[in-house]
Amino acid sequence: MAYSIEVIDHYENPRNVGTLDSKDHTVGTGLVGAPACGDVMKLQIKVNPEGVIEEAKFKTFGCGSAIASSSLVTEWIKGKTIEEASTIKNTTIAQHLALPPVKIHCSMLAEDAIRAAIQDYKEKQKAA
Amino acid sequence: MIYLDYNASTPLRPQAQDALLAVLGMTGNPSSPHRMGRDLRSLIDRARKEILESIEGERLIFTSGGTEANALALSNAKGLPVLVSSIEHESVLKASHNPTLIPVTQEGKVDMEQLDVLLSSFSQPGLLSLMLVNNETGVIQPVREVACLAKAKGWMVHTDASQALGHVPLSFKELGVDLLTLSSHKCGGPIGVGALVTKKDFPLNPLIRGGGQEYGMRAGTLSAPLIVGFAAAVKEALKDSSVQLQRWQQKIETSLSAAVVYGKKVFRVSHVICLGMPGVSAEIQLMAFDLKGIAISAGAACSSGTMKASHVLTAMGLSEKEARCAIRVSMGWKTHEEEIDRFIQEWQYIYAQYQLKEAS
Amino acid sequence: MERPIYLDYQATTPCDPRVVEVMLPYFTQEFGNPHSRSHVYGWRAEEVIENAREKTAKLINADPKALIFTSGATESNNLAIKGVAYFYKEKKDHIITCVTEHKCVLNSCRQLEQEGFKVTYLPVQPNGIIDLQHLKEAITEKTTLVSIMAVNNEIGVIQPLAEIGKICREKGVLFHTDAAQAVGKIPMDVEAMNIDLLSISGHKLYGPKGIGALYVRRKPRVRLVPLISGGGQERGMRSGTLSPSLCVGLGEACAIAHEEMVTESTRLKVLRDHLYQVIKTELEEVYLNGDLEQRIPGNLNLSFAYVEGEGLMMGIKDLAVSSGSACTSASLEPSYVLRALGVEEEMAHTSLRLGLGRFTTIEEVDIAAQKIIKEVNRLRDMSPLWEMTREGINLKSIKWAAH
Repeated sequence: MAYSIEVIDHYENPRNVGTLDSKDHTVGTGLVGAPACGDVMKLQIKVNPEGVIEEAKFKTFGCGSAIASSSLVTEWIKGKTIEEASTIKNTTIAQHLALPPVKIHCSMLAEDAIRAAIQDYKEKQKAA
Repeated sequence: MIYLDYNASTPLRPQAQDALLAVLGMTGNPSSPHRMGRDLRSLIDRARKEILESIEGERLIFTSGGTEANALALSNAKGLPVLVSSIEHESVLKASHNPTLIPVTQEGKVDMEQLDVLLSSFSQPGLLSLMLVNNETGVIQPVREVACLAKAKGWMVHTDASQALGHVPLSFKELGVDLLTLSSHKCGGPIGVGALVTKKDFPLNPLIRGGGQEYGMRAGTLSAPLIVGFAAAVKEALKDSSVQLQRWQQKIETSLSAAVVYGKKVFRVSHVICLGMPGVSAEIQLMAFDLKGIAISAGAACSSGTMKASHVLTAMGLSEKEARCAIRVSMGWKTHEEEIDRFIQEWQYIYAQYQLKEAS
Repeated sequence: MERPIYLDYQATTPCDPRVVEVMLPYFTQEFGNPHSRSHVYGWRAEEVIENAREKTAKLINADPKALIFTSGATESNNLAIKGVAYFYKEKKDHIITCVTEHKCVLNSCRQLEQEGFKVTYLPVQPNGIIDLQHLKEAITEKTTLVSIMAVNNEIGVIQPLAEIGKICREKGVLFHTDAAQAVGKIPMDVEAMNIDLLSISGHKLYGPKGIGALYVRRKPRVRLVPLISGGGQERGMRSGTLSPSLCVGLGEACAIAHEEMVTESTRLKVLRDHLYQVIKTELEEVYLNGDLEQRIPGNLNLSFAYVEGEGLMMGIKDLAVSSGSACTSASLEPSYVLRALGVEEEMAHTSLRLGLGRFTTIEEVDIAAQKIIKEVNRLRDMSPLWEMTREGINLKSIKWAAH
C-alpha cells in the first residue's frame, strides 16, 4: 500500500477532528459505515441561518484513505452552503487523494457522510 | 577441472551473482504491505518486466524452475488430448497424461508430415508441447511453424525454451505459442527459479495453490534474490555471441573425424554437440574423461544416474547400443579454447586406447 | 532513511548471516547440477545437499531418507495433501483439516472438493486450539488424511500435535502437519508425535526463500502422487534440479535452530511478555487473540478496540508489522483466522500481529510499544466508536448504515 502524499498529509495532520453538540438544532450529524466493515465516519456540520456551513468536524474509524477522505471533506464543506456541499462527488475526493481503485469506497463513504449530515440537519430544522 | 556440461547447469554469471547477493540481505516478504515488503515487490516487478520485454512475452509467472514450469503448462491439458514430441525433456513427458508422441526424423527434428497427420487424427484439439532446442542434441525445432499449424486447428501450444535462451533468437510473440518455459540455471542464473511465460489471460490449472501470488497461478512466497539473479542472467545471456561457440563446435567436429555427430544435418545451436564414439560405451567415456579432469555427460543430467540409453537418440532411430555410446558436450560463457583443445585431445586418446584394445 | 523496526517475523525472517556465509561459496565458486552423475561438480553438489538433508531431518528427528526438498512450504503442503489424496483415492476420499489453516492448505482442500473429495473443516475453540473430541468424531473409514498445522501463522497458537498424532495412529489415518511456523521454534519430533508428513519452510527459520522440505514417513511407508514429475529426483516425489546453495542454507538454518532453540525461545518469551505488559498497562481495551500459553514465544496478536488496523499500521510506519484488517488482505476480507476464533468482525479489523525474532532487541521492543501506544491513543481520539463507548452507548444497539 503506497499512499499518495495527500492521504499521508491528511492522516498525519487531520483537519477538524472533533465533536459538535449533536443536540444543537443547527448541527447536523451524519454517521455512516459499519464497524463490521472496518469503516465508520461521523461527520458533523454547524449551519448558520444563511444556510452556510460554519463549522465541520469529523471522527473516523477506518484506514488511512478513509481518514483522509473524511478530513478532506470537512475542509471542503466549510464555508459552503448546504446545497453546494451536497454536490460534492466521491470521484472528486478520490481524484484529489489519488485513491487506488480498492479504496474508492472510502471516498463514497465520505460523500454519504455529507449527505447524512445534511439530511440530519434538515430534519432537525423541520422539527424545530 | 574442465567443465563442458553447460546443459546440465551453467555457472552463475557475475552479474547474476551481484544482483542476487545485493538483495539477499533484504528482509521482508514481498507480499507484505509495509515498506520492506514493497521494496522487494518492486524489485521483483522490475525483473519480471525486464524478462518479459526481452522476449516479447505477455505475462510471466515465476516458478521454482523449468521442471515446475513444464508441469504447470501441461497440467492445463487435463482431460484433453496431448501431443508431445518424442524427444522432450522428461519433465514434459512425465507431466503429460497419456501423451501421443510426435515422431522425429533421423536428424532429431520433428517430423512435420507425421505431425500434420496426428493433428488431424484427433476429434478435439488439446495441448501440444514442442521444445525449442533439444537439450541432448542441440537441434532447433520448428516451433513457429508447428505452432501455426496447431493453433489453426484449435490446439494450445507450449514450448520448453529452457535450452534456447541466449542461443537462438527468442520471441514469444514471433513463435506464436501460448506457453513458454524458461529456466534460470540454464542461462547463467541461480538454480531454484524459472518462469512460465503465457499469453495475457491464458487460463491455467494451478499446481501450487494458496496465497494468490502470481496472478493466482502459483502460490508461495517469491524469492527476490533468485528472481533478480534470473533477470540479470537473462540480460547477459541475450548479449552472448555464438560466433566463438560455433567455431569451437566446428573445431571439435572436424578434429574428431571418427566421431558420429548426431543432428549434424539440421539447424542446431552452437554450444552443444552430441557425439558418438563407435564401440565405446558412454560409461567408459565418462569415467575416462573424468579421470582426465573433464566434465561432460551422457544423456540428460537427471537420467544419467540410471544410464539408460537416451530416449532422444532412440527416438532418432539409433539402436540401444549406438545410443549408449553417445556423450553430450556443452559449452558456455566461461569456456576457453584450451579446454576445447584438451577435450579433443582426450577424446582422441580414449578412442585410440579403445582401438588398441580391440586390435589385441 | 532508516530501516523500519522489523516485527513481522511470521511473514518472513531475515537470512541469518551465518546461513548466508555457508551459502556464498555455492553462488560464487562452486556450481554443478547435483544430479549429474558423471563428474566431480555433480558429486560435490550432491554431497553438500545430502549433508543439508541430514541437518534438516535432525531438527525434526526424522530419517534423512524420508525428507525431500521442495521450493517451500506452500509447495510441500500442496504436495502432501493432494499427493496423498490422489494416491489413496480408490479406497479413501475424505480429508480432515481445520478452519485456521494457511491458505495453501485450505485451497488445496478446496481443489480436492471440486474434484469430488470430501473435506471436513474442524472449527477451533476461542483460544485457537482444535477440540480433540471433534477430531475423533470426524474420522471415518474413508478418511485418508488429517492435516492440522503445528503453529498458526497469525496467532502463533500451538496445536496438540502428540495427541492428534496418537488419535490418527489409533484410527489408521495419516497425519500431516504444516510446521512452517513451528520448526526451529518449538521441539518437533515426528516419531514421538506420530507425524506422517511434515512441511518445512526455509524462510521462516532464518534460511533463504525458495526452499523448503517435506517429510514423508518411510516406516510405515507413506505414498503420494507427485505434483512435479520429470527427472525423478527426490525419490521420484519431486522432480527438478536442486539448488546446492539453497539446500545448504536450509540445512545450516536448521542446524543453528537445533543449537539455539532453547535459549532463543526463552529470550523471545521475555521480550514478548514485556511488550504485552507495557501495552496492556498503558492502553485499555486491548485483547489478545489466541491462547497465551500454548503459543510460540515470539508472537503477539492484539486487537485494539475502536482503532482500525490498516490505519494503525500507517501511523506506525516505522514498524514493520501486519494486521488482520480487511484492508491489508488481498481478498479485502478481515482475517479468517480471527473470525474462526469467534472474534467479531469489527475486532478483527482492529488487530495487529507482532512477530518478534532472533534479531529483535529490547530497545526495539520498547520503541515499538511506545509508538503503538501513541498511535492507538491518537486514533482513538479520532474514532467515533471510541467516543460513543466513552459516552456509554452500546455499539451493538446501533443500526449501522452499511453498504
